[in-house]
Amino acid sequence: MTKTATKTAARTNTLGARAAAFWERNKKSQNYLLKKTAMNVCVKIIRAVLLFGLCFLILQPLLNKISISFMAEEDLYNAMVIAIPEHFTTDNYKLAASFMSYGASLRNTIIVSLTTAVLQIAMCTLVGYGFARFEFPLKKFWFACVILMIVIPPQTISSSLYLHFRFFDIFGILESTTGSTINLRGSVLPYYLICAGCMGLKNGLYIFMIRQFFRNIPKELEEAAYVDGCGTLKTFIRIMLPDATPILTSCFLFSFVWTWTDNFYTRLFMGKVPLLAKQLPIIADRLSQYLQNEFNIGGGASLGYTNCIIATGTLMVIVPLLMLYLVAQKGFVESLSSSGIKM
Amino acid sequence: MKKQKKLAGLQKRKAISGYLFILPFIIGFLAFMVTPLFQSLYMSFCNVELGPGTFANQWVGLANYRRALLQDIEFNRFLTESLGKLVVNSIAVMVFSFFVALVLNQKFKGRALVRAIFFLPVILSSGVILGVEYDNALLSSMQDMIAESSTGASITGAIKDILVTSGVGVRAFEKVFEVVDGVYDIAITSGIQIIIFLSGLQTISASMYEAAQIEGCTAWESLWKITFPMISSLLLVNWIYTIIDFCMRSDSDLMEKIDDEMVLQLNYGFSSAMAWIYFAVVIVLIAVSSLIISKVVYYYD
Repeated sequence: MTKTATKTAARTNTLGARAAAFWERNKKSQNYLLKKTAMNVCVKIIRAVLLFGLCFLILQPLLNKISISFMAEEDLYNAMVIAIPEHFTTDNYKLAASFMSYGASLRNTIIVSLTTAVLQIAMCTLVGYGFARFEFPLKKFWFACVILMIVIPPQTISSSLYLHFRFFDIFGILESTTGSTINLRGSVLPYYLICAGCMGLKNGLYIFMIRQFFRNIPKELEEAAYVDGCGTLKTFIRIMLPDATPILTSCFLFSFVWTWTDNFYTRLFMGKVPLLAKQLPIIADRLSQYLQNEFNIGGGASLGYTNCIIATGTLMVIVPLLMLYLVAQKGFVESLSSSGIKM
Repeated sequence: MKKQKKLAGLQKRKAISGYLFILPFIIGFLAFMVTPLFQSLYMSFCNVELGPGTFANQWVGLANYRRALLQDIEFNRFLTESLGKLVVNSIAVMVFSFFVALVLNQKFKGRALVRAIFFLPVILSSGVILGVEYDNALLSSMQDMIAESSTGASITGAIKDILVTSGVGVRAFEKVFEVVDGVYDIAITSGIQIIIFLSGLQTISASMYEAAQIEGCTAWESLWKITFPMISSLLLVNWIYTIIDFCMRSDSDLMEKIDDEMVLQLNYGFSSAMAWIYFAVVIVLIAVSSLIISKVVYYYD
């Protein structure tokens, strides 16, 4: 008891001493110190309030979804229940999983996202390296094409891309030999082809970022490798690639995530492959179908319950991404900010 | 050919390997971008008729464009609306992301956590999730309910009333209030822009601020005299990125109309024409605005 008492006494003493010193210094600086300290505290408080508000703004829909997803139907209409469910249930998850055929879709989505991301980044790395480290005729023109590619919205060409793969043909060779074209729609192949040609989702952006990174590597490194007898390809693989790991990781992560949630290319090409991004928008229809078949309730599910199931489904789609983000947050952000994107 | 001959020995070898490296891009660009682009341009001048197993184009000249611009009752309205939204939103995103980057660049407790939260929308508000979010009728009906029940208590509403009744620049104020009401949209679309601005802020050396402080610069002055010019080259990047990001979103009325024409009405020609008009307008907008911004940009090196 006495020990703590003396401790607190000592602390108040030092605090008092510090306060006295502060007022002393304040007097000497003609109240400048006081003003400055008050200002600092004000700025800190305002900043904290502002940041808390904005963070809450961003997180609120997510938190809202989490709490809704555990509610039973009657909780949704109960005005007393706001955040914590009264009838805790995991049925929503079971229903949403069965509507989306979660297991199969998840597996497919992982496979497709992983392979396309690897393919995209591999190709974009090659192209970005080519743009950054080599001088060749018409380089400016081709780079302008990359910029053009970033700018053109894919919606502009979606209709003709669709027809292109619906009636697929390689420069008319197939039609002249076998007499018909192939319908490539409904398989993953068109997407792979597009990725291999660096034309996938936001690939122009990846090329741009990777080029920007390779441009900042000093020329001496490359020249030293050449002098020591490395060929062009060997220099690229042994010297340049290990250096570029951070930017490549960050591009890979972005590509993975954006492919995961993309429903433009997936809807366009992969009509029959079950993917999470494609299952999510139709989950509401599945729900009303299910209610119709199981309980003979016509007219579909109620608005609130439909939204509850949609929220649950959305959560199930983004939870893997959230986990990835928690683990690899550094890979997403830090490497991108260190690469120095400039024009 | 003349230029090819000039490049000799090592240079020529390098040029060839350079072309080999960007070969995938060239092939992809020609096959999956140029061809469809010209095809859709051609289609916009045609009536496309889908037959069993094939499709036929029938040349109609400018009819589709004329229909979009002169006859269609919705297209012009949607176009101007989405352009207006685009401009206002992009400016708001730029200001917001610049401001947030400034704050996030300061040192305070829990900075890592706050940064992580601010970048969360980069992964969470992309593709299908954004679309689902916008369809979320429960959320919007709840918002309506809240708005109805708390008309008296809303601070922005009160300020709005005061400012609007004072009658000064009513339209300008309305735009501002639109932005304030849509702050969630802005916050979730400015993740990448914040990262880019932050990366720029981190490259400014601290000695510059120190020198300014010793010379008697206040923080406010050094914000405009040091931070802003040093970061201005990123303004251009961010501006273009923001505009493109906004155009790519498929939830605007215009995009929905284009999609509907294509998927439901099977009017490939008409929908291509509308997409092309939109695309052309956006390109012009980007070109003009980046020209203006590049006049302001200051390059340190």
